[in-house]
Amino acid sequence: MKIVEGLFYSKEHEWVKVDGNTATIGVTDYAQDQLGDIVFVELPMEDDEFAQDDVFGVVESVKAASDLFIPVSGVVLEANLDLEDAPEQVNEDPYGSWMIKIELSDENELESLMNAAQYKEFCENL
Amino acid sequence: MSIKKTPLYEKHKENGAKFIDFGGWDMPVEYTGIKDEHHAVRNEAGMFDVSHMGEVEVSGEETTKFLQHLLTNNVEDLADNAIVYTFMCYEDGGVVDDLLAYKYNAKKFLLVVNASNVDKDFDWIKKQSVKFDVVVENTSKEVAEVAVQGPKAQEIVQKLTDYNLDDIKFFTFDDGVEIAGVNTLISRTGYTGEDGFEIYTSNEDIGLLFDKILEAGKPLGLKLAGLGARDTLRFEANLPLYGQEISQDITPLEAGLGYFVDLDKEFIGRDALAKQKSEGLKRKVVGFELLGRGLARTDAVVLNSEGEEIGHVTTGYISPTLEKAIGLALVDSNYTKLGTELTLQVRSRKIPAKVISKRFLKSKKK
Repeated sequence: MKIVEGLFYSKEHEWVKVDGNTATIGVTDYAQDQLGDIVFVELPMEDDEFAQDDVFGVVESVKAASDLFIPVSGVVLEANLDLEDAPEQVNEDPYGSWMIKIELSDENELESLMNAAQYKEFCENL
Repeated sequence: MSIKKTPLYEKHKENGAKFIDFGGWDMPVEYTGIKDEHHAVRNEAGMFDVSHMGEVEVSGEETTKFLQHLLTNNVEDLADNAIVYTFMCYEDGGVVDDLLAYKYNAKKFLLVVNASNVDKDFDWIKKQSVKFDVVVENTSKEVAEVAVQGPKAQEIVQKLTDYNLDDIKFFTFDDGVEIAGVNTLISRTGYTGEDGFEIYTSNEDIGLLFDKILEAGKPLGLKLAGLGARDTLRFEANLPLYGQEISQDITPLEAGLGYFVDLDKEFIGRDALAKQKSEGLKRKVVGFELLGRGLARTDAVVLNSEGEEIGHVTTGYISPTLEKAIGLALVDSNYTKLGTELTLQVRSRKIPAKVISKRFLKSKKK
């Protein structure tokens, strides 16, 4: 299972890459493996606002629909619409297939997330 | 209730399966991925562990008479070694289960029923049998089974036996057939819409049979396939799943499966079904295709163009073969004409759809 250094991770298996006040969010390799073949991704609109742990989208695999929980609060700057036409990219390259970019509402929330080493340990104990 | 495992459980683990709880059984849902396994079955071959299925043997002087009473389909004129797909219904026409009836001879049949219904079915059959001179035995625990399905299925299994598999025609079987040195019962049946076999043997021998088929099949593209692909495959072939297209509350006629109901004989539920037929069906299972993005799964609500609820989805997927979002839905009979516009409520979204033929794969073969 692949875990990338330098990202933040949530218990719901999302990764967060922070660049200044912008956060890019996707799902982890563990998540895509658990979901199986992804066939549809439903993402929010630009300017949609979410509080930490809100559902911001849905990822559908062949067998089930799973909610996407936003790891940190923010306002959507952009959604990765490429995934609408090629949802299988999430399986193939989970860390390259970002879902949304947001403007962070509260940087302090990042402290509630895990780093790569902590996330690795978290997954191993599941 | 403790979770049950088939004799092949450890082999699934060794082969990297992910598991789900299915009707109290810890079963492989996928190995290499549902789509990958699905395509393997459509194009080459796949092997499924179906040891969880239930087997009930009925034997004795009045076997045929009893099964004519119990089952909706006609087993009287069936040749020895032939199989029929049939239902057992309640008096009100609701379905107890759907099953295959294997006829050894007029005095001995094997009924193969759904795993999740075994106890209910056995109780039902036993209760109905009291007035007949028959013996009913639940042999589910002693019988293990694999399904080898796909265009290469025969070539693969033939490698392991001297028995000429051409002699087993569609929906027939033979027992005492040696495959890979193992004594089996083999039928040309399945739940995928492809050619293939279902092979029954003992719990002790199934492991060897599984290994030999896998070994013989791998060079021909055979993959292990789990319940995930089993469901997408049977759905595309418009084969019903108990609890979804048919159930205690959905009759075979409503599901469009009247072909397997012989109203010209007496059986449990016959009068209710005959009445339903003569009065006209109030709802029917139809095929649909989404015209907008997304997919509509089991239990999604179906609306008409005025936004009124007219039914629900029984099964829905993005079809791996057709690469389209399609499904089956039980809807008010006023909305079953091909091309009728429907709306599917999926979470907060309303997705436009239209009624299409349930013979989904036919459009592909044109």
